[in-house]
Amino acid sequence: MTTIHPLPSGTRDVLPDEMRELRSVTAALLGTFEREGYGEVSTPALEHQEVLERAGGAQPAYRVMDEHGQVLALRPDMTVPIARLAATRYADIDPPLRFCYLAHVYRGVRPHRGQMREFLQAGVELVGAPSPEGTAEVLRVLCAALDATGLRDYRVGLGSAALYPALLETHGVPLEARAVLLGALVARDFVGLERELRALDLSSEARAALITAPSARGGLEVLDLLPATEGLRAVHALLTPQVADRVLLDLGLTRDLSYYTGAVFEVYDPALGEPLGGGGRYDDLLGRFGRPLPAVGFALGVDKLHIALTGEEERT
Amino acid sequence: MSRPLRIAVPRGALFGETLDLLDRLGIDTGEVRSNDRRLLFAEVGVVTMRPSDVPTYVEAGAADLGITGKDVLTEQAERDVYELLDLAYGDCRMVLATIEGPDPSTEALRRLGVMRVATKYPRTATAFFEVTGRQAEIVEVKGSVELAPLTGLADAIVDLTATGTTLRENGLTIREELFSSTARLIANPVAHKLRAEEVDAVVAALR
Repeated sequence: MTTIHPLPSGTRDVLPDEMRELRSVTAALLGTFEREGYGEVSTPALEHQEVLERAGGAQPAYRVMDEHGQVLALRPDMTVPIARLAATRYADIDPPLRFCYLAHVYRGVRPHRGQMREFLQAGVELVGAPSPEGTAEVLRVLCAALDATGLRDYRVGLGSAALYPALLETHGVPLEARAVLLGALVARDFVGLERELRALDLSSEARAALITAPSARGGLEVLDLLPATEGLRAVHALLTPQVADRVLLDLGLTRDLSYYTGAVFEVYDPALGEPLGGGGRYDDLLGRFGRPLPAVGFALGVDKLHIALTGEEERT
Repeated sequence: MSRPLRIAVPRGALFGETLDLLDRLGIDTGEVRSNDRRLLFAEVGVVTMRPSDVPTYVEAGAADLGITGKDVLTEQAERDVYELLDLAYGDCRMVLATIEGPDPSTEALRRLGVMRVATKYPRTATAFFEVTGRQAEIVEVKGSVELAPLTGLADAIVDLTATGTTLRENGLTIREELFSSTARLIANPVAHKLRAEEVDAVVAALR
């Protein structure tokens, strides 16, 4: 009889057949990143918890104490470690700085196929290149990398983390109500959002704008629905035709990491029921490590990308 | 991309009104109504299931849209789906109920420090007692929750009720209301983006 040695929840083994396929996906991604001038970096899986908390990003799920009693945590993403790296190891180097990575990260999620608690991400960070040029460059690299893997039917949703907060401000929504409304938006609860908006003392135009904006997605025409979309227009104007064809503008797009400051994006493929990855601008993050520089990046879930590639194969 | 949007339809209390709604969308529900053993009606984009399975299928993208109760969505709050529309039927309330007469649950809290509560909605019940600052032992049962207080399994129940008839017939009385629930239209987050026009057409037709 086989002895059972269970694995920690949300972790898994990879055997050679799958590993070969994963390797060809990651080789295509990293090859593209390198060609585009993004140098691969590696950082420790463990960081001081204080470093991760300083960034205000995803909460670490796993913590340990070292022999000196210091609290360490497994990184929940690579953006914060690379922000730390850029601010400390490259303190005197002129921007822009281009980094890429292939690394395991750790989150306290409900494990399911494509999303383990320990999972492999491939991504880039572009430090010191403001919007719109930096954002457009990263979107181009994202599409080039996905093309290199052979993924066919993907689209990239593009929105802005600053848009809905600005809209709330424009219409004079009280501060204490804004957190509730943004919470409903992030939770994708449009019923709750509408109910909260109807309970507020707003003009009917303001209410209509705040209710319809999160559902506005499509081509450039959706930007006409809102004020303060110049930023997204400027990014869109710089996209190459191949990239622009992949982009869906989405005024309701939110990412639940709090460090995003501007453009945010997500990758969708009809072969998978959840985004393959995403990213955005985090212009305030480097400043928290002492070197204020605008930055933008993305991360792709390698397992999710692999599942989508397999799914597209079955559809043909 | 040419197949019709697939809609997860709940069998049970919401089934009839949900099919009426699909008729309004121009979906032919004749076969769905006449054949209660078949589960998948691919030709009209309908798949039928228990209400509590609807978020599972929609989150995974096995269905693009789904209809289920707010009670189910509250219990499965971690599901990553869009809640697009309150469909305003299937009215019911999530309540705390005990046997009639002096409230045995407050008596249990006062003398024993903990009340035992039977429910099919363990996460909803746990969150409710945490928020209201009461210590409760949640006993999960799969059906006929009303039996629990009658047999001494629990001091109280947290359950869904529409008219209260079943509660009354079993000698139970409502002590508190947690929230009220109606049917909701939900969407897979990827379908919501990649099939935006079709999803919006459904929302517009049902609004």
